[in-house]
Amino acid sequence: MKPLIKISSIFLLGLLIACGGNGEKKEKDQIKVGQQSKTEKKSEPATQSTSETSAEDDMANLGIGPIKSVDISEGINKEMAARGKKVYNNLCTACHKMDNKFVGPAQGGVTERRSPEWIMNMILNPEEMIKKDPIGKRLLVESNMAVMANQNVSEEDARAILEYFREYDKTH
Amino acid sequence: MKTIQKLLLGLGAGLLLVGCGNNSNDNSSGAMASSNAEQVYVAPGEHDEFYAFMSGGYSGNLTVYGLPSGRMFKEIPVFSQFPTNGYGYSEETKAMLNTSFGFIPWGDSHHPDISQTNGELDGRWIFINENNTPRIARISLTTFETDEIIEIPNSAGNHASSFVTENTEYIVAGTRFAVPNPQKDMPIDDMKGKFKGPLSFISIDQETGRMNLDFQLNMPGFNYDLAHPGRDKSHGWFFFTSYNTEEAHSMLEVNASQNDKDFIAAVNWQKIAEYVENGGGKKVAGTYAHNVFDESTMTATTEMKEGVISVDPREVEGAVFYMPVPKSPHGVDVDPSGQYIIGNGKLSTQLSVYSFEKMMKAIEDKDYDGDAYGIPILSFESVLEGVVDSGGLGPLHTEFDGKGNGYTTFFISSEVVKWKIGTWEVLDRKPTYYSVGHLMIPGGNSRKPYGKYMVSLNKITKDRYLPVGPELEHSAQLYDISGDKMKLIYDFPTHGEPHYAAGIPADKIKSQSKKYYELEENNHEYAVKNEANTRVERNGNEVHVYATTVRSHFAPDNIEGIKVGDKVYFHITNLEQDFDVPHGFAMIGANTSEILIMPGQTKTIVWEPKREGVWPFYCTDFCSALHQEMQGYVRVSAKNSNTKLRWKLDEDWNE
Repeated sequence: MKPLIKISSIFLLGLLIACGGNGEKKEKDQIKVGQQSKTEKKSEPATQSTSETSAEDDMANLGIGPIKSVDISEGINKEMAARGKKVYNNLCTACHKMDNKFVGPAQGGVTERRSPEWIMNMILNPEEMIKKDPIGKRLLVESNMAVMANQNVSEEDARAILEYFREYDKTH
Repeated sequence: MKTIQKLLLGLGAGLLLVGCGNNSNDNSSGAMASSNAEQVYVAPGEHDEFYAFMSGGYSGNLTVYGLPSGRMFKEIPVFSQFPTNGYGYSEETKAMLNTSFGFIPWGDSHHPDISQTNGELDGRWIFINENNTPRIARISLTTFETDEIIEIPNSAGNHASSFVTENTEYIVAGTRFAVPNPQKDMPIDDMKGKFKGPLSFISIDQETGRMNLDFQLNMPGFNYDLAHPGRDKSHGWFFFTSYNTEEAHSMLEVNASQNDKDFIAAVNWQKIAEYVENGGGKKVAGTYAHNVFDESTMTATTEMKEGVISVDPREVEGAVFYMPVPKSPHGVDVDPSGQYIIGNGKLSTQLSVYSFEKMMKAIEDKDYDGDAYGIPILSFESVLEGVVDSGGLGPLHTEFDGKGNGYTTFFISSEVVKWKIGTWEVLDRKPTYYSVGHLMIPGGNSRKPYGKYMVSLNKITKDRYLPVGPELEHSAQLYDISGDKMKLIYDFPTHGEPHYAAGIPADKIKSQSKKYYELEENNHEYAVKNEANTRVERNGNEVHVYATTVRSHFAPDNIEGIKVGDKVYFHITNLEQDFDVPHGFAMIGANTSEILIMPGQTKTIVWEPKREGVWPFYCTDFCSALHQEMQGYVRVSAKNSNTKLRWKLDEDWNE
C-alpha cells in the first residue's frame, strides 16, 4: 500500500513541476480537444443547409415588421445620416462594430447584403425577426444565441440609421 | 327497475339539497368553495382588477399585491435597506435613509394612503409613514419607487399618519408618544403638563408632489393615535384620536385606561393654514432631514433643515376642539359623505358616531363640557349622533363600501361587522383568522369607495398555512362584499406586519407604469451612454469605473491597476432600452449589496479591495442565454505597486 502512495506522490509532484515549467505558455495549449480545428479561431457554426439562402434571396427578403417599403433616393441625406450615426453609436455599438464581428455581425456592407426594409425591421422588431425570419434565425445561431436587443428605436431613427449605413457603405 | 331509478334519483337530489343547505355557513368546501375559487382565480397571463398596497410594518417597506388573486408583485423599499436592488446601499439611494439622527437603515412603516383629487383616488402618489423615527415617504405610482422622505422633528411615534386631505393639500403626522417639546433633559416623573403631542401638517406641491413641513400644532401631551381628514362637507377639518389623556408615563397598560373617555381632536386645518400664511405661529427649533430622489439625475440628496412654525392651538379662535370618546379610542374614520365621524373605542363593544353638523352647532353654541389645557371640550351628548351596538369586542377601524354601509374590525372578538349608516343597525358579521387589525376596501376611506372586495389584515396567523417554525408571515383574508352578506373567499400571507393597506382599481394606474428609463433623459453625473465612453479614472486613491451593460457583457470587463486601499466606485449604466431587461452587478468582497440596474438607469456601488489578486465580478440577473458569460476581472495590486491603470473589453487595452 505504502509504495503505491509514494508512487502517486511522485506522479503528483511531476504534475506540479510540469505546471510550473509551462508558466509562460498560453493556457489553451493545456487543453487538447478537437485538434483538427486547432488553428482556426473559434469557427462560426456551420449553417444548416435547409435554412441556407442565396445572396439574391437575402436582398429580396423584406423581413417581418412594420416596414413594408422604404423610399430610397439616389443621394445621401447628410443630416439624416448624422442623426443615424449618433443613435447607432448610443444604442447599437455595445454589440455591433462597423468593420468586424462583435456580439452581432459587422455592420459594414449591410446595405449590400440586406434590403432596406429588412434592416429597419430587424431594428424595430428584433424579437420576431430572430424567431421567424430565415436570415434572422440564421444570424442568431451565428451570434452564439446572443439575441438582437430591442432598443425601442423610433421608426424615424431606424430610417436615420439606415441612411448612416448607406453613407458608410458608399464611402468604404 | 324504473321506479327504483326514480326513487334513487329523487333521494339523491334530496340529499344534495340538504347538503347545500347544511353548507351555507361553511364556505370552505363543496360547491361554494368552487364558486369562491372562480372569484379569486385570475387566469394565467390575465391581470387583477385592483392593486393593493400593503404596508410592510417592521420590514419598513411597502408591498404591492393584486386583488382578488392575492399575488404579490413587488416589494417597494421605503425606510429600509433592500439588498434585492441595492436601495439604501447604492451611492444614489443612501441619502434616502438620512435623518437628523444620522443614517438609519431600518424603519417601521405603517399607513399607506393614495393621493386624491376631489376626494377620489387619483393614482399620482402613495404616501406612507414611519413610526419609529418619524418620517413620511412619497412613492411615485409611475416608477413605483420612493421619491422623497421627510423627517418630522419634535415628534415621536409617528402613528397618526400619513393620511391625505381630499385634494392632497396636506399629509398629516401625529405624535403617539408625547415628548418634551423642545426636547430636553428632565425627570420623566415631571411629564404631566410638560410633554407635548405636536400634530404636523405637510403641504404637497401639486405639480411635483414635493413635501413641505408647513406647521406643527403644539397639542397637549396625549397620545395621538390615528387620524382621518374630513370629506366633502367636512373638508377642511381633520380628526385625530387620542388616548392616555391620563398622561401616564409608566405601566400604561393599566394607567392609561383610567379615564372613561379620551378625545377626538377636531382640527380646522384650513383656518390654521390661513393663520400661518398670515404670519401666525412662531418659529421654533427642530432639525430634520429632507431627502429627495431626482428622477433625472437618478440620485437622492439630503437637505438638513432647521426650524418649524409652531402653532399654539389656543391662539387660533375656533380651530381646535376635543370630542369625548369612550374607552381609549384607536381608529377614527369619516364616512364618504363627510357627515359622520366614527370613533372606534378599542376597549368597548360600541362605536360612537358623531355628526359633523352637530359638532358645528355645538361649536357655534359654545356647548362645552369644560376644557383640556385651554382647548374646549364639546359636550358628548350634543355631538353624538348614534351608537353602533355590535356586541363585538375591541373595535379598531372602519371603512365604507359606498353603498351606505360601514365595516368595522373587532380585534378581541376577531371579526368584521357590517352596519348601516344612519340606522346604525348591524347587518352582518364574519369571523377573521385571527385578531384583525386594519381592514381595507379599495377607496374605502375616500369619497368614492369601490365596494367589491374587503381585505382584513390580521395580526395573528397560527395555523392558516403550512407551518414554518415559530416566526410566521401575517395573514390577510379577502371577502366578497358585493352582496348583502360578506363572503370569505380567500386567504393569503402578507409580508412584515401590514398595518394598513390602500387599494385602487388597476385601470387607474396600470397604463402609467413606467417600462424603462430613456437613456437620453438619463442625467446621472456618472452615466456613460455608449461603450466608446466607458473608462476608468483615478483621483488619488479614489477610482471611478464608468461601465456599461448590455446583453450580455460589461464594458470594460477587464481592469488592471487597482490597488489595495483604493475606493473603487463602479458606476454602471444599463444601455438596454426595452421593458424588463435589468442587469445586476456584484463584486466579490464588496461590503454593500448587489445593484440591480433597470434599462437606461445608472447605479453605483463602492468596493474597497482588501487583498491583492485577480477578483471577479458578474451579472446577478439572468439576462440572456449568455448570462453566465457576463462576468469580468479586476486585478488588484499592492498599495505601492506601479501596475498601470488600464481597462479593456475584448482585444485592446485602453489607458
